[in-house]
Amino acid sequence: MVQFSTTRLDASFAALSDATRRGVLEQLGSADASITELAENFHMTLTGMKKHIGVLEQAGLVTTEKVGRVRTCRLGTRGLEEEAAWIEARRQIWNARFDALDDVIEALKRKEKVDGGQSE
Amino acid sequence: MGDRASNGRTAVERISELELVVTRTFNGPVRLVFDAWTKPELFKLWWAPKSMGVPLLSCEMDVRTGGSYRITFGHGAADAMAFFGKYLDVSPPSRLVWTNDEGGEEGAVTTVTFEEENGRTLLMLRELYPSKEALDQSFVGMEDAMPEQFEQLDELLITLSASM
Repeated sequence: MVQFSTTRLDASFAALSDATRRGVLEQLGSADASITELAENFHMTLTGMKKHIGVLEQAGLVTTEKVGRVRTCRLGTRGLEEEAAWIEARRQIWNARFDALDDVIEALKRKEKVDGGQSE
Repeated sequence: MGDRASNGRTAVERISELELVVTRTFNGPVRLVFDAWTKPELFKLWWAPKSMGVPLLSCEMDVRTGGSYRITFGHGAADAMAFFGKYLDVSPPSRLVWTNDEGGEEGAVTTVTFEEENGRTLLMLRELYPSKEALDQSFVGMEDAMPEQFEQLDELLITLSASM
């Protein structure tokens, strides 16, 4: 049974709809970073970046931790698991169908060869 | 954009809140691939593959613009599930569009395009849902029944009852 909460999915898809936020996730995928560092890297104001991080945090894609005066961001652990499961469930269905369709197409090609290239 | 899952053959991507796109390349000319989608005797051979665990009971397809189709799955009349709708566009051999009316108000519109390239066919299937919720909760087929798991459970139960 594929289970997911629609609300969380909505938040995730909304969070991923912005190019900067996707860039931030990509960067956090290679290393944790502070909000200040991210703001500099993406040429944004601190306030702008804080907003983006807030959206990502809401969606569970990023977690932040404040140590002293620095807030460090890292990828959320449960980030895309549900979305990945949701997509994968659908991919399995189509993949099974299309593997079977491959066989049908192979059979049709063989039949055409036998019939001397005459299609029905 | 969005999430993507691909094993290098079938790629599935949610391109927006309302749309799911499936792509795959087939090793055959477009006329054969299009035939396999539009001739019931061929369509029947692959639309309900064994691994789905639910056989196709019947398949009626009047493949022309304005025509309708009706497909039923199940092991018998008792658990039969019907999928039906209308063909909004049939343009051989490059485009097929149909509605999925069993979903009522929440039914998707499916568009399949076929493009030939060097004897191979690039297929793109797009499902457009009327609402975000409809796509979130869509069941393309029987995925939530997880037939494999039920089969395993059946086997387990047989094993258990045999050892009682």
